[in-house]
Amino acid sequence: MASLEIQNLQISIGDKPIVKGLSLTIRSGEVHAIMGPNGTGKSTLAKAIAGHPDYTITGGDVLLDGKSVLEMETDERARAGLFLAFQYPSEIPGVTIANFLRAALQARLAEGEEIDASAYYKRLYAKMDLLKIDRKFTSRAVNDGFSGGEKKRCEILQMAMLEPKFALMDETDSGLDIDALRIVAEGVNAQRGSAISPGILLITHYQRLLDYIIPDHVHVMWDGRIVKSGDKSLALELEAKGYDWVKQEFAAASA
Amino acid sequence: MKLPSETLSPAADETVMENPTVGIDQTKGDFQYKVDYAFDAGTGLTEDTVRYISSVKKEAPWILEFRLNALKKFFSMPMPTHWATKDLENIDFQKIRYYLSQGQKPKRTWDEVPDDIKKTFERLGIPEQERKFLAGVEAQFDSEAAYSNIKDIVAKQGVIFVNSTEGLREHPELFRKFFGKVIPTGDNKFSALNSAVFSGGSFIYVPKGVKVTQPLQAYFRINAENFGQFERTLIIADEGAEVVYMEGCTAPKFSTSTLHSAVVELVALKGAKIQYITVQNWANNVFNLVTKRGIAHEDAEIKWIDCNIGSRLTMKYPGVVLKGERARGEVISIALANDGQHQDTGAKMIHAANNTTSNIVAKSISVGQGRSTYRGVVHIPKHLKGCKNNTECDALLINTNSRTDTYPAITVRGDQNATQHEASVSKVNEEMIFYMQQRGLTEGQAMSLAVNGFINDLARQFPMEYSVELKRLIDLEMEGSVG
Repeated sequence: MASLEIQNLQISIGDKPIVKGLSLTIRSGEVHAIMGPNGTGKSTLAKAIAGHPDYTITGGDVLLDGKSVLEMETDERARAGLFLAFQYPSEIPGVTIANFLRAALQARLAEGEEIDASAYYKRLYAKMDLLKIDRKFTSRAVNDGFSGGEKKRCEILQMAMLEPKFALMDETDSGLDIDALRIVAEGVNAQRGSAISPGILLITHYQRLLDYIIPDHVHVMWDGRIVKSGDKSLALELEAKGYDWVKQEFAAASA
Repeated sequence: MKLPSETLSPAADETVMENPTVGIDQTKGDFQYKVDYAFDAGTGLTEDTVRYISSVKKEAPWILEFRLNALKKFFSMPMPTHWATKDLENIDFQKIRYYLSQGQKPKRTWDEVPDDIKKTFERLGIPEQERKFLAGVEAQFDSEAAYSNIKDIVAKQGVIFVNSTEGLREHPELFRKFFGKVIPTGDNKFSALNSAVFSGGSFIYVPKGVKVTQPLQAYFRINAENFGQFERTLIIADEGAEVVYMEGCTAPKFSTSTLHSAVVELVALKGAKIQYITVQNWANNVFNLVTKRGIAHEDAEIKWIDCNIGSRLTMKYPGVVLKGERARGEVISIALANDGQHQDTGAKMIHAANNTTSNIVAKSISVGQGRSTYRGVVHIPKHLKGCKNNTECDALLINTNSRTDTYPAITVRGDQNATQHEASVSKVNEEMIFYMQQRGLTEGQAMSLAVNGFINDLARQFPMEYSVELKRLIDLEMEGSVG
């Protein structure tokens, strides 16, 4: 079983501390949801773990199967099994989805090994069918001119093809209507139930997504820390009481 | 100056230039074999140099006269530094060697090619390509073709494919009729230089109605240091004929500068089609100053596909003179300027008849300190009607130090003609690279993919083998550009 351990992690942008000591351990097959108001450091956490150059880790560690990833380049972390589903996926003009994913898979092979093209396409089409992505999309440039929902589905498609050990999903539900949300959730759940069974960190504002991807753990993040953890019922409680409730409780606790 | 009867000291062992960082693939063109040259015009340029070249080639008197006139023009013309880069002043014409050859006639089979030269072309994969997909090959080594062959089936259709020396000797009437007519000697300083000292290059004639289905290819190889390569190519497609010509170029990395200054003339007679494809991969101290132009007669079509990778400075603006009604001209240009390189490229479209159309698509990529310049000329005079031009220039910048300039000069007079011009500048931003790296690609692979994506719509128009080669070259350039 794989593990992703976030240990007392502190992250800054420039001189400004954003994440101020956050610990969390995720194991294969588990879904952890992180909820919290805007500007509390949720996206920073995901991007910094993936190795984004804008963020500086000022303290703590991130261990993948016991090994620190902080000295690794972004692409090394990715090949080691970390996947980030972006809140705002980049457009890559002229590079087709099929070629992009093929290059990404090829990058995981040893030198001299080649991808079996027919097996690759068979697998790609199967995953696309599952995510209700038109097969014609294989020849479209990655995210170029995609609607918000298409971009998010394309993220899940990449996750399905790359089979990461851990997926950090950054507001995958934002910009999705209810039908698209259901399709995306089905895609994630299918992976969850498969032999790959990645550990998932779901970052979201809203309880809505958690009706479709049922979390094992829910954490509430505020001001760069996890201030409350619980099971699925915590998300419902948050939905009912709003984030002000957390702020008041946290302010009271730290007073 | 060496006399024809002498030879250089016996060839020493081969020297393969080492690139310390990578394996053989990166250095595909970067190696040199020591070669015995039977003919050597020595260093520097005088009237004697020109006379020597002409005598070695046993040329007719009119050609010598043509050369000597050109030499005078060359000396009298100033460097075009009032508009072009001052870097041109760093070319020392008196330190260049103008003619080197082993003297033999080009061989018709690879087995006959001398070992040292054959090794070079085998390493560049030329014989293999010939077997696979070409109708004919010419391989030029320094000044002369070492190998020249055309498939029987093509030759039987009356197609002529020889080097310019043979063309002048064996087909003088045909050659003389078109030679220097598309690009006059005094067109620019470097066309004058080429006209004085030209050697090698291809002469192609495709008879009326003959459509050559497979491409003809020439490969230009500079092997000697301080050498100037001045090939001269003339392609004539007779009425209704069709031909695709491809050229590739490489040179090893020398510590001193090398000059490549070619002149290429195309003539497409009524209804003919010529497609001319270049994929050059010069080492980064080659001055590459080339004049290319075609004349398209009634209903004819000329298409230049020009990929410029490598070199220290490339100045090249392929052009089409649209001389007959309904003639079509097209330039597809891709330039990649890496650190220390300046790609000054573009296109010229001269409309000279009614209902002529032209299309220019230029894409440039500037990396690191690399600099790209686009210069375009589109000329549609007032008395014409129904002429159309489309010009698109797209620049891709990779990192903030890169520089790109666009100088379009579009003159459209009269009110019965149409032109449109679009230009864009985009950047490979950090977010895009991060996104791709997050999927497991290295920074170099990510940049390479972004660049290949940028030119993808153009590369798709190439024959498969060349688009694969182009992609490979871009991969190597981008891998090398990551710090």
